[in-house]
Amino acid sequence: MNTEPKETRAKKFGMVIDLDKCTGCGSCMVACSSENNVPVRKDESDKLLSATWIRVYRITNGKEFPDTEICYFPRPCMHCGGKNDDGHSPCVSVCPATATDYDHSTGIVSQIYTRCFGCRYCMAACPYHARYFNWWDPIWPAKIEESLSPDVSPRMRGVVEKCSFCFHRYQKAKDKAYIEERDVEEMEYQTACTQACPSGAITFGDLDNPDHAVYTLKQDKRAFRLLERLHTNPKVYYLSARSWVKRAGDNYVSSEEPTKGPGAYKLEGHGGH
Amino acid sequence: MDSALIPEGVERCSFKRFTLGMIIPAALVIWGLYAAYLCWFKGLNQTNMNDSYGFALWIWADLAVIAVGGGAFFTGFLRYVVGKDELKNIINFAVLVGFCCYCSAMLILAIDIGQPLRGWFIFWHANVHSMLTEVAFCLSLYLTVLAIEYLPLLLENRKLDQVPFFHNLGHNMHEVMAVFAATGAFLSCFHQGSLGGVTGVLYGRPFGMREGIFIWPWTFFLYTWSAAACGPCFTMLSCKITEMITGKKLVKDNVYNLLAKISGWMLGTYIVAKIADTLWWAIVTVPTTGFTFMEFYNNSNNFHGLWILILEIGVCGLLPVAILVRKKWRENSSLFFTAILLAVIGVCVNRWVMVMQPMAMPVMTFDQWVLYLPSWQEWATTILPVAGGIIIIALSYRYLPVFPQERELNPVEKS
Amino acid sequence: MFPNVWEWAWDAGHYIFFGGMWYVLAILFLGMNWCVFKAIKDTKAGKGGGHDH
Repeated sequence: MNTEPKETRAKKFGMVIDLDKCTGCGSCMVACSSENNVPVRKDESDKLLSATWIRVYRITNGKEFPDTEICYFPRPCMHCGGKNDDGHSPCVSVCPATATDYDHSTGIVSQIYTRCFGCRYCMAACPYHARYFNWWDPIWPAKIEESLSPDVSPRMRGVVEKCSFCFHRYQKAKDKAYIEERDVEEMEYQTACTQACPSGAITFGDLDNPDHAVYTLKQDKRAFRLLERLHTNPKVYYLSARSWVKRAGDNYVSSEEPTKGPGAYKLEGHGGH
Repeated sequence: MDSALIPEGVERCSFKRFTLGMIIPAALVIWGLYAAYLCWFKGLNQTNMNDSYGFALWIWADLAVIAVGGGAFFTGFLRYVVGKDELKNIINFAVLVGFCCYCSAMLILAIDIGQPLRGWFIFWHANVHSMLTEVAFCLSLYLTVLAIEYLPLLLENRKLDQVPFFHNLGHNMHEVMAVFAATGAFLSCFHQGSLGGVTGVLYGRPFGMREGIFIWPWTFFLYTWSAAACGPCFTMLSCKITEMITGKKLVKDNVYNLLAKISGWMLGTYIVAKIADTLWWAIVTVPTTGFTFMEFYNNSNNFHGLWILILEIGVCGLLPVAILVRKKWRENSSLFFTAILLAVIGVCVNRWVMVMQPMAMPVMTFDQWVLYLPSWQEWATTILPVAGGIIIIALSYRYLPVFPQERELNPVEKS
Repeated sequence: MFPNVWEWAWDAGHYIFFGGMWYVLAILFLGMNWCVFKAIKDTKAGKGGGHDH
């Protein structure tokens, strides 16, 4: 029996975030935490100890009033494709127990919580700080446990977690599409943060599918990726018309011009996986 | 009280004095075990690590003890494979120190992981692309080799040696020790290298990332080389400290001299390679990531300034090389002691730099430098294996013929 | 570690890595067995009364 879906082409799910639209309201963070059962501690003031799968950074152009400009910079997991887009993301290649894996059929970097034994090597490898360690067992206020999402397993103490591009939503959409013998539609699989964003700053879809909005958006001349020159090959693209925001997306030796856009840096040399 | 267990023809302090001497290390072990209990039962929230500092004091301690424990494999290699016969007078002690170091590494790793009961996943679900997998495999195999190398010494205990089977077993193990030593050297080359690869492959972390050859970054080779150079220095340093505590000369000077000379040249060539690596990284690698070399040092929280590079390469690198390579200087006992001490500090500083600095340094432009100070639980669990090592060495020295030259150097009138 | 684990792949990485591991384990296992069995044989032959090494 043929169990393959109608369309077998590998997908490459990704996100485009328009920084000029983001107001920094934090809805994406709240929606993400609620959707994915991210635990909340009594004291969340130390951001180096609390988990926020998508974190909104506040950055400024460093100028004095009245020239000050602010940009809110949401940062989910980049689901890096790694050098040459071969699936050797910084974190996937280092995990000793294959607890994080690169899915070549979706481009999503998974995290298997029951497999992770908490060595934190992936956290050391990720330059985006997209990975979070469960320093404590999750404790939810009374009754909240009953409202947890049944589609996402809560994580125990001692393991690493991160944004999954709401993969459980893809699984649901895929199941439905399979029964109806068709492929998953663009709007059928959207992440919680995308749907929660009131200003429509986040767009999600298959980066390789010309029918999806992200396909066109990623080619926008305002597009750039975070830390492009490290060759991590992120699947999250950012849009901004402001040159200082684009420049903030990467590091430059003072005399250098900012990046010309995604894929601007040629990969040279060796070194590791 | 325990005189029947003490090797023949040597003198040991009274059992009471020995027990009193063990009180402080034993107290430290208990303190460390209590901290380990807290980490195991309450979780890693007992530490001051955080999401930026996922690798911290423990990983440094692991890398450092494995580096200084490298004396076992390199001395074994020189003794059994190269055939430097004089080294038979220090090889037992080198194995003993190495065994303590590797036990320490395993213990610290067992505390360091968030889900200790899943530690075996690293073997069962091994990802062959990960440097840490290679470390785990080679480390546990090499600890087995060290246990095998230590066993014949244990069997030479006066009482055990009286049992014919143990005597024969020890004798047979001595006969094939070259095979075990060669296997140990092979394993060590890989896990020392893999530890170097741990930060070297982090291409998302410009401070740690290194270029290299095939799948191995240059740090892979630098770590093996530095462990081979500084490991014997730690063996000699521990030996000198044992001599100070016991008030006896235990190893002849020609043995120290030979090992010091080899270490000196190894360290010298390593430092040249390290300088070349640093220059290539600073001039070629770092600018491709958008950073300048000085950004890593100037822009910091002053915890990781340029001083640390000067300390590592200059004070703890070139200086001990100069002393150890020059015959006249290494024969001067004070200079010799200074040189081996500096070499050991140097390799520990190197491991510190490679573990802690990549964590501290921001990579995203809007990120901050972070500072980390270990909690008492982290200190206690790091001191625990050191204190445990002291106890193992003390017990071994007391009850086993660790030093073949001890009798000759310290004749006892009435045996 | 074993081919029955789902991450296993019949590729060069696994051949080299686990080939090396099993090779080392075999050396250690055979080496120790040789020592133990020879010690049993020697003991039965009445050796081991004094320091003969």
